[in-house]
Amino acid sequence: MGRRADVISFLSSLPKNIFSGFVVSLIALPLGLGLAMASEAPPLSGIIAAVAGGVVVSIFGGSYVTITGPGNGLVIVLLGAITVLGEGDIYTGYLYTLAAIIFSGVLLFLFGLFRLGFMSEFFPASALQGMLAAIGIGILAKQFHVMLGILTVKGDTLDQLFSIPDSFLTFLAIHPFSGLLGFFGFVFLFLYNRIRNPYFHLIPAPMWVVMGSISVGYYYTLVLGLPIPIDPELLIKIPERLFLIFPKPLFDKIWEWDFIGVVISITLIASIESLLSIKAVDKLDPKKRRSNVNKDLRALGIASVVSGFLGGLNVVTVIARSSVNVNNGGSNRSSNFFHAMFLVLFVVVLGDQIQRIPLTVLAAILVFTGYRLASPDNLIRIYKIGPEQALIYVVTLMTTLLTNLITGIGVGVLFTFIIHLLLSKSVLLFSLNIFKPNVLMYLEEQSGNYYVSVKNFCSFLNFFRLKKKLDQIPESQHAIVDFSLCEFVDHTVMEGIFDYQRAFERKNGMFEIIGLDIHSAETQHPFSVRKSLPIPALIGFKNSLTYRQKNLADFAHQIGWSYSPDLLSAPKILSSFLFFETKISNYSLNTLVHPKQTFQLFDLSFSEGAFIAKEDLKATFLLFDSPKSLPVFVLDKEDFKTTMYQWAGFGDINFINQPDFSRRFHLSGNNENEIRKVFTPELIYFFESHPIFHIESNGERLMIKGKDRLSGLHEIKIMLTFAQDLCALIEKG
Amino acid sequence: MGFQPFKTFLFGFAFSPSLRANVFEVIRLASFFKATLLLIHVGEKNSSKEQQFEALINGCPEKPASIEVHWRSGEPVATILKACDEFNVDLLLLGALKRENMVKFYLGSIARKLTRKAPCSVLLMLKPSEERRPCKHIVVNGFDSLQTRETLEASFYVSLSLGTEKITIVEEISESLVAITVDDDRSLRKATIKKERINRVEKNRVHDIVRSFSSEQIGNVSWGTQSIFGRRGYSIGHYARVVRADLLIMNAQEESSFFGRFFPKDLEHILAELPTDVLIVKTNSNG
Repeated sequence: MGRRADVISFLSSLPKNIFSGFVVSLIALPLGLGLAMASEAPPLSGIIAAVAGGVVVSIFGGSYVTITGPGNGLVIVLLGAITVLGEGDIYTGYLYTLAAIIFSGVLLFLFGLFRLGFMSEFFPASALQGMLAAIGIGILAKQFHVMLGILTVKGDTLDQLFSIPDSFLTFLAIHPFSGLLGFFGFVFLFLYNRIRNPYFHLIPAPMWVVMGSISVGYYYTLVLGLPIPIDPELLIKIPERLFLIFPKPLFDKIWEWDFIGVVISITLIASIESLLSIKAVDKLDPKKRRSNVNKDLRALGIASVVSGFLGGLNVVTVIARSSVNVNNGGSNRSSNFFHAMFLVLFVVVLGDQIQRIPLTVLAAILVFTGYRLASPDNLIRIYKIGPEQALIYVVTLMTTLLTNLITGIGVGVLFTFIIHLLLSKSVLLFSLNIFKPNVLMYLEEQSGNYYVSVKNFCSFLNFFRLKKKLDQIPESQHAIVDFSLCEFVDHTVMEGIFDYQRAFERKNGMFEIIGLDIHSAETQHPFSVRKSLPIPALIGFKNSLTYRQKNLADFAHQIGWSYSPDLLSAPKILSSFLFFETKISNYSLNTLVHPKQTFQLFDLSFSEGAFIAKEDLKATFLLFDSPKSLPVFVLDKEDFKTTMYQWAGFGDINFINQPDFSRRFHLSGNNENEIRKVFTPELIYFFESHPIFHIESNGERLMIKGKDRLSGLHEIKIMLTFAQDLCALIEKG
Repeated sequence: MGFQPFKTFLFGFAFSPSLRANVFEVIRLASFFKATLLLIHVGEKNSSKEQQFEALINGCPEKPASIEVHWRSGEPVATILKACDEFNVDLLLLGALKRENMVKFYLGSIARKLTRKAPCSVLLMLKPSEERRPCKHIVVNGFDSLQTRETLEASFYVSLSLGTEKITIVEEISESLVAITVDDDRSLRKATIKKERINRVEKNRVHDIVRSFSSEQIGNVSWGTQSIFGRRGYSIGHYARVVRADLLIMNAQEESSFFGRFFPKDLEHILAELPTDVLIVKTNSNG
């Protein structure tokens, strides 16, 4: 019976997953082509990787809402591999690299088989960030020239970086048209997130850019009757007989050091990128499931082998595409599968259009990707955690740029360890205890709580031990992690612990960290002190109130509410609203509270996506206790996007007698009968005659969300009276 | 056969700054147990030392059943081991050292050798003091082995003698028993259920043992159990530190396998980083 119910729920979620798979494929197509191009591999190899990944991982994988395909992190490694192994001949290099990809797939599979997923924990967080930034700079430095239509710039990353101004000055003289297309594409990508229009965001930014450039091409050929003003060498080429001839990997070099080095680098980066992404995507899963990391690694390994034999790049879990998947309603692995199918469809049906995509535009997408990896914001964020973390970041970044990835991350690890030695001023602490178990976990028999005690030191070197124990605690339980016997806790651990805390909160468990406060006083601990605040980046806000804050304070005074400008951790209750199922709430500030605590209005920072795809958003929210218990529902403006959702199976409850309401509002919830009872004609008239907000009920409370930005004082006043009237109406009705 | 009460204590002393505290502590202990205390000095004897020591003993307020002072010469480890056999000692008392700049205690090389080779039970003392520090909480090892019954008997005996309020019996359960690796929600659920089951079995086992004790044996000490899934020998030491136990009681042997003849590996974790006073009970059933 359970199986049958599973099948039914799978089938009923299929439309949503097909839809999100489609949206993801819109972003996967340009990215796949671009990443392949940036690696100097044939453009289709990226698509092949995405298709192989989508099919294989959706069948054998252990995660739920991840999307797999060619990864950003690997561009630099693959590019290096193709150049080094090819010894000048790019295409032969590509064939050798295919063999390396197959080997790394086998390695990845073995990693998963022997449950070595935890190995990625041995890399300190800041060093990893530094390495990723170096990869970003690598992509950016090379693609910036391509974006401007200049294909002649050679040399290592630093040379390329320094010749950017040169290219910028000269590109108008070489390929002005394609160069400008690329440049404007880049500007558009930057501005895309500033425009928060739901219609507009239905199509992912890279697809807009690609479609735009294709239509410009068509404008020239069809309307003006001229040839495309783009040099053929700047257009994508797809081989004629697409599915008949696959390139054959060359296995001649498998005993050479170069080859082995390439295999190791690919495997290392692929596993790191995948594991980071899987972890990050789990935080966004609306069903709050825990991925089986090792199973996923095995599936990625198989997918890479398959992809390698078919001439594709290697397959990793990718964060940006996965976030898009979650945000568009993907709920199981079938969306990954459908994304692959749509890609196949695109390539078969739109082969001609794809050949009209200028390389400059793809390069623009890559430059943007590279920029996000290497964004200075990351460095600033890390600096705020601790200056020594920024130093680790910079050292790893520079070493990676000057040497290669393996040396870079190696130096990063070593440097982090040296910093730890300097900070703790004790070599003995580490040397005596590194191989000893240091974590005790037990279920307290009296209280039923899980108690975890960590002693000696806890850093990236032995975090896996703590993780292993924490993983055994169901997230719906109460866990207490005690660091009072631990003399040193590093930033990697604090960050990891913070993730656990979130995971527990999501599943309504409790996760308490104790013993760090005494500790910091004793040893002036740099990481723990800073980590205990919700977001350190906004300190300083407190000292001087902004104009808006002063107005809010006056307003609160005027209506007799209390006001606090302080940064607080976001109200826990938020996670019980559907809106936050696929979002992470960061912190709240500017809180206005009704004297009876029944109404609460605040600005909230929350994020969609995670890791590099992370976008921090701010909006004003109002929470209030419902005077009587309500069914769970979501009420929002009916628009193009909700109509699309409807097709994909997100139900809308309509009222025959209230056509205006039914047309303008999108109402959904599980208990339709109850909802219909609550929405009396009077209440419906109230909604019709007032501004439209996003309103949700979780049963006991109602949440009203303002605009997709912070609301002004006037808007806040409207929101408040709206809420108060609504509250009164519900009480009456 | 059961557990035999501690009748004869032995403490090997040396003239060190902590001598006074050490001697006061061992005399107090022996008087609590109403035992005979043998104090042995290994090294040369002279009259000034003898007088000094005499005065020290007389200055101590508590009086055990009897005190004997012996002066021996020779290699310390061998001499003390010989004395243990000679006087049929039940409990060997040893002092631990404190690591410089760290709040950690460890055993000196002599004490370590003695712990390994002693034919009788051994008590490792961390912080001997002139004033009495009451022993409020005893943590004892209750994992499934032949010696557990006697170790538990010993614990209740010690708690009665020292007036302990609370005993926690810790069952260390090897994680390999669960045999389910937690990968995702499903395996986690399975592992949690299996752990609960093992937990129940272990708990019943310990409860059955304790229930078979007479009420005089148990006295009015409150006792409880705590199961821990983790590395054997390691977890209990860490646990004793976490709950700030005053005494940790372990059995001396592994299961009576061939390997049991070697020094039990479990104890190494505890000896490397003494969490509190440790009593290692050597039982007759496998002596």
